[in-house]
Amino acid sequence: MVFKDPMRQEQSRKKARRDALIGMASLITFVIVCVVLVTNSSGWSTFQETFFNGDQFVESFPTLLQAFWLNVRIFLIAEPIILILGLLVALARTLRAPVFLPLRMIATLYVDVFRGVPTILVIFLLGFGMPALQLQGVPSDAIFWGTAALVLSYGAYVAEVFRAGIGSVHPSQTMAARSLGLSSFQTNRYVVLPQAIRNVMPPLLNDFISLQKDTALVAVLGPIEVLRRAQIDTSSNFNYTPYVGAALIFIALTIPMTRFADWVQRRTAKKRRAGGVA
Amino acid sequence: MANDSYLNVLGVWKSFDGHPVLRGIDLEVPAHSATVLIGASGSGKSTLLRCVNGLEAVDAGSVTIDGELEVTDFNTDLDAVRRRVGIVFQSYNLFPHMKVLDNITLGPVKVLKRNVRQARDQAMELLKRFGLDSKAQDYPDRLSGGQAQRVAIVRALAMEPEIMLFDEITSALDPMLVGEVLDSVRELRDSGMTIVMATHEMNFAREVADTVCFLNNGIVWEQGAPEELFGNPKQAETRNFLSRVR
Repeated sequence: MVFKDPMRQEQSRKKARRDALIGMASLITFVIVCVVLVTNSSGWSTFQETFFNGDQFVESFPTLLQAFWLNVRIFLIAEPIILILGLLVALARTLRAPVFLPLRMIATLYVDVFRGVPTILVIFLLGFGMPALQLQGVPSDAIFWGTAALVLSYGAYVAEVFRAGIGSVHPSQTMAARSLGLSSFQTNRYVVLPQAIRNVMPPLLNDFISLQKDTALVAVLGPIEVLRRAQIDTSSNFNYTPYVGAALIFIALTIPMTRFADWVQRRTAKKRRAGGVA
Repeated sequence: MANDSYLNVLGVWKSFDGHPVLRGIDLEVPAHSATVLIGASGSGKSTLLRCVNGLEAVDAGSVTIDGELEVTDFNTDLDAVRRRVGIVFQSYNLFPHMKVLDNITLGPVKVLKRNVRQARDQAMELLKRFGLDSKAQDYPDRLSGGQAQRVAIVRALAMEPEIMLFDEITSALDPMLVGEVLDSVRELRDSGMTIVMATHEMNFAREVADTVCFLNNGIVWEQGAPEELFGNPKQAETRNFLSRVR
């Protein structure tokens, strides 16, 4: 049975209503003051003209959206490859058998190198360097090498996320699995990895969001993705509204993703609390 | 050495970071008998059990199963040892991401290569035997400690082991839940399973054990039938330990 004093309930409802009203009033006042201050300041009209020009926006937005499709494609191709590469590298680093020593060393070296080098440097290096080789059978396409650079750079980060996840699974789980006669591989496959991946979903989604934005780095190689498009539109009209338009497009994609990541994080935390005894 | 014993532990030494835990321990466990290990925390009970199924490698000595399988031989396939030796831990160690039924069928399906339906039927039969069939589709976090520990027992039994090791399986449980887990062990003993059990439950040890071994300082300090060891301990250390746990 649940018993709640009706008098107390009425009082707490009243308090909640009052708090909501105060909050709303405070917010409205704040917004009005800001708008009045900004729009009355001396430079406002130039500022608005430069960054929030309606005509420029309407003119450039469709072309920006069209260019953004390239960012989406780069992301959609890079992400699954990054996940597989990251997982394989993380697994290679957990191998303990002596035959796998070279594999383990290569994986460690890869992570050390690509986590230490700025992503944009990798993009320059591959995007300009590889086509310069002019080798038979080696693609010279900027989009290809830009995507490859993103994959190599993010693969190292994601490998570390997976490795942390594997480390987060309690050793007693491995002990229990091995005690049932499962091999080391089977223990990883059926016991450790499923729990590890569940544990690292929030940081993985974070890296996805980061990658969505970093597809814009490929612009430095020349392909007309959304940032490059905005740059072209901007320099032809000496107006910066296209940059703001490009920013809005990124935000429209990353905000839902961020909220989703928050939701996954809360759910994982809840599950962990509930599963504490197991 | 008698060859009719199922498990033979001979002169096993084991240390951790230079700290000796087992100092040349000997143990013989006849088939279809229950051996109970008692002793203070840190006396080596858990370490001994882990050496028996190869979870810990010994520093010296030998562990032999069924007179033929040398657990301590470097060339022995430990997965083969573990198929024949079941173990249940203090902290249950169920797999939290799998339903109870899948926890139980994982070993039979992946290790023994049983087909899934056959493994499930067998798991359901075992669950029924231990009064857990209504929990088959639950995740481990929905179970009480006693239920979780009984599922862990069923999971080990599903591999059809020849011997079961119990490592203080009631130590993490609410006192109210200890009984149901001990009932499961009693049932197993009565069905003829070979059992080695480390425990602090002296009354239970007295009731089910064929042999009680008092571990002290990394060796079997004194052993005997329960009425003998509990009723008339020969060694001062044994008397001292028993007077403190009673």
